[in-house]
Amino acid sequence: MKYLLMIALLLPAFVFAGVAKDMADDPVMEKRMMHLAEKVRCLVCQSEPVSNSHSDWAQDVRQIMREKMIAGASDQEILDILVERFGKSVLFDPPVDKETIPLWSAPFVLLFVGGGILVYQLRKRKGLLVEEQLSAQDEQRAAELLNENPASDQTTVTSNQAKDPQA
Amino acid sequence: MMRFILPLVIFLVLAAFLYMGLGRDTRTVPSPLVGKAAPAFVLPLLHDANKQFSPQQMEGQVWLLNVWASWCGACKDEHPLLMDLSRKNIVPIVGLDYKDKTDDGIATLRKSGDPYTLVIADADGKVGFDYGVYGVPETYVIDKQGTIKYKLIGALNTKNLQETILPLVAELQAQ
Repeated sequence: MKYLLMIALLLPAFVFAGVAKDMADDPVMEKRMMHLAEKVRCLVCQSEPVSNSHSDWAQDVRQIMREKMIAGASDQEILDILVERFGKSVLFDPPVDKETIPLWSAPFVLLFVGGGILVYQLRKRKGLLVEEQLSAQDEQRAAELLNENPASDQTTVTSNQAKDPQA
Repeated sequence: MMRFILPLVIFLVLAAFLYMGLGRDTRTVPSPLVGKAAPAFVLPLLHDANKQFSPQQMEGQVWLLNVWASWCGACKDEHPLLMDLSRKNIVPIVGLDYKDKTDDGIATLRKSGDPYTLVIADADGKVGFDYGVYGVPETYVIDKQGTIKYKLIGALNTKNLQETILPLVAELQAQ
């Protein structure tokens, strides 16, 4: 009786093993499936690939991927099947075509616009900086000012002197 | 002057985009199936597994395919609307009991009422997958030629029913 009970306790475990059986059947295929599932967006959880999700929908998709792989479908064929049913947004890396061109070109357009604004601003600023022509009188005054009080700020004076050998 | 206008314009554009993003439902993706032929299938009826249904049987009439399940909460929200629609007898409604136990499906309909012209059982969800179902309930409008004209992801409500689905059904029926 005791043994019978023990066996009965083990039964549910066997049932589970039966359900999960086809999952670990072929580790190579399972690896290939998980690799492919990384490219597929889980539509019910978003921002999460089908390979990581515990949602029912993701589990179904993984199961369908296994079945298609057993039936001999290529990775691309499986992705095509998914796109056909759920749209291109199901792929994390959607193909470049007429519909997705705004998406793919957006970074370049933004870079171009941003770069254009930067160049424009820099040019404008350059135009504002007018090179001041110093008269001989001004030069004289500047040199006097620089030499007037060398003790007040040692470093500034020395650096100025270093820059201008005439001073 | 420009110094104030430019940041203001940038702010307004940003604010507009963010505001649009607020109201946006990122969970529903536009279905690529709209405009395509409804995928073919053969499934048993929920109430009588010996009888089968396939979409070709509906050819020549506009019909709704409503995906539901006994375990689906939002289906209970749209249920009174379906009951009301079925009483008005405007359009045949085919129910697809998605990934459900036959007994549970039948019990739910017995308890709360059956708005469907007929109900088919998609126990393993394979047909649901072919129809791109990922959130129950979903409702498809299919025309006389068997083309999917509209797909609603989520529950029916008076707004989407009165403003989108029923006018579309009337338009398709007139064709």
